[in-house]
Amino acid sequence: MELANIEKLLEKYLEATTSLQEEKVLRDYFTSDNIAPHLEEYGMLFGYFKQNQSETCTKTIKLKPEKTRKKNLKWISIAASVTLLISMYFGKQAYDAKEETRKKQLEYFAQVKDALQKVSNNLNKGNDALYAVSNNLNKGTEAVAKLDTYDKTVKTVLNKVNY
Amino acid sequence: MNQSDFIKAVLPFKDKVFRLAKRLLVSREEAEDATQELYFKLWRNKEKLTEYKNVEAFAMTMTKNYCFDRLKSKQANNLSLVHSNYKEKDTSLDKKIEYKDSVNQVHKLIENLPEQQRVIMQLRDIEQYSFDEICKVLDMKPTAVRVALSRARKTIREALIKKHNYGVS
Repeated sequence: MELANIEKLLEKYLEATTSLQEEKVLRDYFTSDNIAPHLEEYGMLFGYFKQNQSETCTKTIKLKPEKTRKKNLKWISIAASVTLLISMYFGKQAYDAKEETRKKQLEYFAQVKDALQKVSNNLNKGNDALYAVSNNLNKGTEAVAKLDTYDKTVKTVLNKVNY
Repeated sequence: MNQSDFIKAVLPFKDKVFRLAKRLLVSREEAEDATQELYFKLWRNKEKLTEYKNVEAFAMTMTKNYCFDRLKSKQANNLSLVHSNYKEKDTSLDKKIEYKDSVNQVHKLIENLPEQQRVIMQLRDIEQYSFDEICKVLDMKPTAVRVALSRARKTIREALIKKHNYGVS
């Protein structure tokens, strides 16, 4: 390729009016070994371009993002806090209900206790009455015993009188 | 569109996506992450892909937008700019050093270009897209693309000549 032509193409290249074919001519010229010394800077430029064309991405591309895990974590934490709130709400309710029944039970217990106290009082009264009855009964028996002795003496007196 | 169709349609330009991302994001790791992210996006929108005539141009637009967003976000500002994974060539040591040096020079010069010009240069000079395709990817008018590309090429060339001459004198 004659130098004049290359120089003309370079002018066009700098004005960005070269076609892709013309640029290929330039690329071929400047990546060869015999570059005109006064155009050496283009050698650097085109050499750089050529080298960069072969650079590849070595990382393997995944289609399913790992991000979902992060997202899941977010959702899981939200779900966890919601369940915590719900369980706190229901737990509080259950606790209140339990407390109420306990209170009621205590009330019942107090009532029953009262009732039993009354019963016991009445029972004591009954007991006293029974004591009184039993005392009177003892008196009666004593009296009967007295009568018995009296009867015996009467009998002995009668026997003595008959003899 | 099932998985194998999708891969057939989308995987051939994986390296182009990667190279564009690397051109903009500079670090290789960032570029690989961006490529991965882009493919997630494409996969998520796989049903819509059939509607596009030029899936590649669509993907390149997405890549460009994604990278611009990344550059804007603070996260990307904290990136280290350490990156030089150039392949070794079978040349003599002297030449190798010289070559590597010149490659680094060009790389740095391109890095200093405005983002828009960098993208256009990447698409044209490295991926050899036609002006029509570049217009589609960037949603620009052809004249605007040409002006930006011309500016980029001239800037690089002048900087290279300057450096070269300093070396000589």
